[in-house]
Amino acid sequence: MRKYLAQRIARAVLTIFLVVSFTFFLIRLMPGNPIDLYVQEQVTTYGHTYEQALEQARGFFALDVDAPLSVQYAQYLGNLARGNLGQSILSPGTPVSSLIKKFLPWTLFSVGLALMISFTLGVGLGMLMAYRRESWIDHVLTIIATVTTAVPNYLIGILLLVVLGVQTNLINVAAIRGSLSPGVRPGLTLTFLLDALSHAALPITTYVLATAGAWMLSMKSNTLGTLGEDYVGFARARGLPDRRIAIAYVGRNALLPLFTQLTIAIGFVVGGSALIEYIFNYQGIGLVLYESIVRRDYPVMQGVFLVITVSVVLANLLADLLYGRLDPRVDLTAEPV
Amino acid sequence: MNWATLKRNPGGALGLAGFLAIVVLVVVGPLVVPLDTTTRLDQIYQPPSLAHPFGTDNQGRDVFSQIVHGGKDLLWVATLAAGISTVIALTLGSISAVAGGSVDNAVMTFTDVVLTVPHFPLLAVLAGVLQFRSQTLLAIILGVLSWPALTRAVRAQVLSLKERDFVEAATALGLGRGHIIAREILPNMRSYVAISFVLAMTQAIYAQVGLVFLGLVPLSGQNWGVMIQYGWTRGAIFHKSSVYSILAPIMAIAVLKLSLVSMARIFDEIFNPRLQEG
Repeated sequence: MRKYLAQRIARAVLTIFLVVSFTFFLIRLMPGNPIDLYVQEQVTTYGHTYEQALEQARGFFALDVDAPLSVQYAQYLGNLARGNLGQSILSPGTPVSSLIKKFLPWTLFSVGLALMISFTLGVGLGMLMAYRRESWIDHVLTIIATVTTAVPNYLIGILLLVVLGVQTNLINVAAIRGSLSPGVRPGLTLTFLLDALSHAALPITTYVLATAGAWMLSMKSNTLGTLGEDYVGFARARGLPDRRIAIAYVGRNALLPLFTQLTIAIGFVVGGSALIEYIFNYQGIGLVLYESIVRRDYPVMQGVFLVITVSVVLANLLADLLYGRLDPRVDLTAEPV
Repeated sequence: MNWATLKRNPGGALGLAGFLAIVVLVVVGPLVVPLDTTTRLDQIYQPPSLAHPFGTDNQGRDVFSQIVHGGKDLLWVATLAAGISTVIALTLGSISAVAGGSVDNAVMTFTDVVLTVPHFPLLAVLAGVLQFRSQTLLAIILGVLSWPALTRAVRAQVLSLKERDFVEAATALGLGRGHIIAREILPNMRSYVAISFVLAMTQAIYAQVGLVFLGLVPLSGQNWGVMIQYGWTRGAIFHKSSVYSILAPIMAIAVLKLSLVSMARIFDEIFNPRLQEG
């Protein structure tokens, strides 16, 4: 177990290191790369001298732009280790790390809550489908699950907004833009919680609609598989109540394989947050990523991308370790097949 | 493939039919239906009618003709991306399984790394730095990112097939490694490969339309994603009557993805040599 833990952590660190290096070389080495472009622009458009422009670039990117590449790379890694991600070009004086501190919690909140709701809902409905297989409810839910899984999540988001907000006016779109209403301060108050939830409601609904179907379908097939197992038949023969069999014997065993899918879902949902937050103008890290790319604010873009990657890697690590804990039959040290 | 297979799987048959219909619509359709590019100020946001089956957009242009012309690029990019990712996956997966040891370890670690990095943000960042000016470049990058899942499946398949009797028999007969991989192992993976190919297509469609929707790739030409982007920025959130112009491309993409996914379900029966009678 300890060896497995060390291996998994080593792989997570390697992933982060490779992504960090990749973004550095992407930003620094590409012909017409952002830093050179920035320096050029400062010289040609604003009439700064070359030295002044270099000095400015140095401030924003936290790099000695003139130094040899290896020195820059070392500086970059050192800065990262200290949590220094440079400064925003568009709002000078704002460190990228403060932007992340401000916007990341909203994404973690909405995506985390959505994944929990969708996982619970999917598992529950999936079991229902398996127990009532070939009934009308199974057929209806199968169709719903297949369709919602196939349609891209951002299209679901657009449809929600267009149908609920514009066509039927059931929801006041203007009032739920952003992650909080003006004047509401974060704190442990009921007003804050309700306001945060009402603003996150549509993004969360979108994530849930887009992901629950996959859980439902997998849970259904896992449950059907488990129902045929000897230990379930034996539990029945012992006269255990159906409810207890469903929860302690069938449910628990059918649920376990879903944890490996959870790791893929986390990456996908967090990754898709740029699209969903753009649609609902939800002030999370995905929206910051989108805006930094559109406005060519490269230090922000780089920092936000790294933070998104790190969150996904950590969430994966957690889900993996949890899976090993939950299923005693899994031999984590075995070769992956 | 025969009628019995299709009859046993109505969902899969429907998917296959849907996909073929879309291919015919976007490949043959443009030859029959001319692209409507005339602005007609008196025809803005018309509801569906006989003249305009899907209504008109914010410039009074026919939405149906744009749908007909807007699918070809999307399908081409998706197919190319899926092709590239399949080739990479087959190569890496079989090398990994056949070589074993440290090569296997290295390939699998690398696969895990690429699998973990969230793809859409990575694509968005690449789009920001590289500016995807050509559809082909976009397809190549999509393909280069989406091979890890299939690579793992291929490796697992090769590992298990390697131990089967018919492979052992071929080895005993002294047939070369190339023959064994090409004639004994690969045909047994056809269904896996076909299914993954289609799933890679759906992923490419997701990412491609997503990038276009965010405006991170140049909005050029006719494309369902571009239609959604225009619909979104030019009216869908302000005008009630604009609904058809944004609904049409959304439905087109939804139907395409749904057809692909349903179609993939019957691939196991069509391509798996062990499931074929006679």
